[in-house]
Amino acid sequence: MAQHEDGGDVGSAVEKSEPFVPATGTAVLSSDAIQNPGLPPHHERVTDQDPKKEKTAERRVITLFYLSIVGSVFAVAAYIAFPITPGDTGSVRLNTMLLGIGIALGLLSLGLGAIYWSKNLMRGDELTESRHLTRGSEPTRARAAEIMHEGNVESGFSRRTVLRNTLIGALVATPLPAVAIFRDLAPAADPVKLLEHTMWKKGTRLTKDPTGLPIKASDVTLGSVFHVIPEGLNDTEDRLEEKAKAAVLLMRLKPEDLKELPERKTWSYDGIVAYSKICTHVGCPVALYEQQTHHLLCPCHSSTFDVTNHCEVIFGPAKRPLPQLPIAVDSEGYLIAQSDFTEPVGPSFWERS
Amino acid sequence: MTTTTDAPVVKTRGQRFTGAAANYIDERTSISGLVKELGRKIFPDHWSFMLGEVALYSFIAILLSGTFLTFFFQPSMAEVHYDGSYVPLKGLQMSAAYSSALDISFDIRGGLLFRQIHHWAALLFISSIGLHMLRIYFTGAFRKPRELNWVIGFVLFVLALAEGFTGYSLPDDLLSGNGLRIIDGMLKGIPVVGTWISYLLFGGEFPGTDIVARLFTLHILLLPAILVAALGVHLLLMVVNKHTQFAGPGRTNENVVGVPVLPVFAAKAGGFFFVVFGVIVLIASFFTINPIWNYGPYDPSPVSAGTQPDWYIGFADGALRLVPPGWEFVLWDRTWSFNIIAVVLVLVVFLGLVAFYPFIEGWITGDKREHHIADRPRNAPTRTAIGAAGVTFYAVLWAAASSDLIATHFKVSLEGVIHVLQALFFLGPIIAFFVAKRVCIGLQKKDREIALHGYESGRIVRLPGGEYIEVHEQLDDYERWRLVSYNDYQPLMLRPNARGRITFGQRLRAGFSRWFFEDRIAPVSRNELERGGHH
Repeated sequence: MAQHEDGGDVGSAVEKSEPFVPATGTAVLSSDAIQNPGLPPHHERVTDQDPKKEKTAERRVITLFYLSIVGSVFAVAAYIAFPITPGDTGSVRLNTMLLGIGIALGLLSLGLGAIYWSKNLMRGDELTESRHLTRGSEPTRARAAEIMHEGNVESGFSRRTVLRNTLIGALVATPLPAVAIFRDLAPAADPVKLLEHTMWKKGTRLTKDPTGLPIKASDVTLGSVFHVIPEGLNDTEDRLEEKAKAAVLLMRLKPEDLKELPERKTWSYDGIVAYSKICTHVGCPVALYEQQTHHLLCPCHSSTFDVTNHCEVIFGPAKRPLPQLPIAVDSEGYLIAQSDFTEPVGPSFWERS
Repeated sequence: MTTTTDAPVVKTRGQRFTGAAANYIDERTSISGLVKELGRKIFPDHWSFMLGEVALYSFIAILLSGTFLTFFFQPSMAEVHYDGSYVPLKGLQMSAAYSSALDISFDIRGGLLFRQIHHWAALLFISSIGLHMLRIYFTGAFRKPRELNWVIGFVLFVLALAEGFTGYSLPDDLLSGNGLRIIDGMLKGIPVVGTWISYLLFGGEFPGTDIVARLFTLHILLLPAILVAALGVHLLLMVVNKHTQFAGPGRTNENVVGVPVLPVFAAKAGGFFFVVFGVIVLIASFFTINPIWNYGPYDPSPVSAGTQPDWYIGFADGALRLVPPGWEFVLWDRTWSFNIIAVVLVLVVFLGLVAFYPFIEGWITGDKREHHIADRPRNAPTRTAIGAAGVTFYAVLWAAASSDLIATHFKVSLEGVIHVLQALFFLGPIIAFFVAKRVCIGLQKKDREIALHGYESGRIVRLPGGEYIEVHEQLDDYERWRLVSYNDYQPLMLRPNARGRITFGQRLRAGFSRWFFEDRIAPVSRNELERGGHH
């Protein structure tokens, strides 16, 4: 950029300094280094030497530009001629492909033509431009320093310290409202309370996901797995938020395969156990059940839980076992919850203890 | 200014019009100054200088295709029943966002094409930024005076990742919803503020009904605005600093050799923009990307095996997978999720080292000169080795994101894959460092050998004594210059300062300097060359 040394007695405030010599650090500067041989001679291209070749190149560029026009026009034609028939994915594919080919032809021929032009017909030799140090010239720097100094003196910025400090204080304080107004990004409720409870409560029937049909204990055969939601979930206002906490996996194992803690003996029913489906790592659904080993695997980060042993983590980054939902059977033989989960489900959070 | 011509030249209508138009604009904008300054600016040429251009041009393709998409996309999570023309999802309950994304794909002519242009261009944008950064790094083009521009470029890279993630989440499909779930889980693992950040971001409990609209604002307004501003500064600084060039005959630290902006560079770069855009369109018209209709609307319960994030988020996802079991504790009645905290720390430290590398190397070399000649990677062996270690580290995290797919494809155990990657997390970068450094030094030795004794000509000569030798041909001056023109450093000598002390900082710096420069191959000197020639 052009340097404007406008106004002022250039460089008057600072005495003339030595030419700027930057530190070289630990660089090795050898006086015995091989000398730069200078630019090699320029080789002319065929288009520089042979007017016929030049003409051919020009015709090629023109052809490419014509082709580009053809491509763009073709794209418009394809847009009209190949509409989408509702329900017919083939028509979507055809429309996408032909419109795309037209646009691509328009763009590519234009681009290739311009590049071919520049490489074969425009001036072919390289030019040299000299570099200067990025820092401003000494007079410019001196003048800049002088301007800043004058600004300081004329405003009294560093002399009137209290004024300056209150200015800084005011500038720091002005963005505070901008931080505060973000509180209402979420409702007033305390998130911790919300995280501690789910839709499950005493007597809620276990129903199939996504149909919401209740499940009889007798339907749960050995080795089967059910994706479960609480009864009535599909009718709730905040369906997905509730589902994100209340989703459950139901499995039936041989009772002798289950290693149950004495206090949780009553949480299962005849080898049927229900566990939260939400991974305790970062909350993905733990959807993969290995029937043979009774392991639950989270597909996101490979945390593996052992269903026979209260869903303890046996591999992967999760720490806590999946919370167990205590279940029972009602008078009609349908599976019901004995209560809500006894601990928060899903990913760990700071306030959880 | 007045011009006088010897003979009156009759101007054509076109010339008169162009002249008048130029005059009109200049008298109101003084644009002639800009043309004078920039019109003949010289740009050096090398294929690797294209990478940044690819990033720039794919960004323009993203802006154009994205603007088209905004006319049809509804960033709303209001529940609707799908009534579009994609039969398998008809009647299903879903968000307006997902429904409108389906409409774009199946009911709007060119909609699917532009969705795919947008997605492919985004992938190209991020990959070309990554390659561009590697080019800058390995050639030392971040050295003074370009350290700040490196940092701005790093900011652009982070913004591009953020743009990618926010955009990926907008269609509210099952896959992207699971991605958001992971973000939610990670946020909640952050001590003290995590629960609240997640709560505020999602506007209540996960998933809530606000996140798509909020990400939309970030994706199309806030992030692009910052990105465009940072991109402007990035390009402006490139013009101010002038582009680096590779060492070559006639090229020095004080000049730029190349083609002028007008006409050659403008035509070539302009043409290249259309080529990049054209290639993106061509890919988008033939190859499906992110087929959201296969995933279904977001639901917190289902998930499919082998889920993968878009590739550029893979390294972060992989880091989550490599944490060993049990890294979570309850202390002082609070939960410390080190399975999250450790990941965040590792990523922040890694990215921090990338962002501040120019200052670290500058401190070690103490070199305050301007550098405009790009290094050949072999001529800075330690830097290249650090780069190789960094790339390996990234690759390990990236591979970890696909650990389950690696296990199923190669029929090995998932645990085995994770354990190998956990070991490689530490060993991989170290091995890569030593291998890369040795390779560099080997190549430097070969260059020295060739510069001194020439190259093998392939011509075998039998000497009178019966001995066979292969004749070596000497390089010409131009070829040799490429091999011998590089900057060389030596380890820092520890010296007491003015007060007769050796400070800790000095010791540290000397230690780093030794690590950096103790194995060095000096460039061939004139003296050596003269003696070498008489072998």
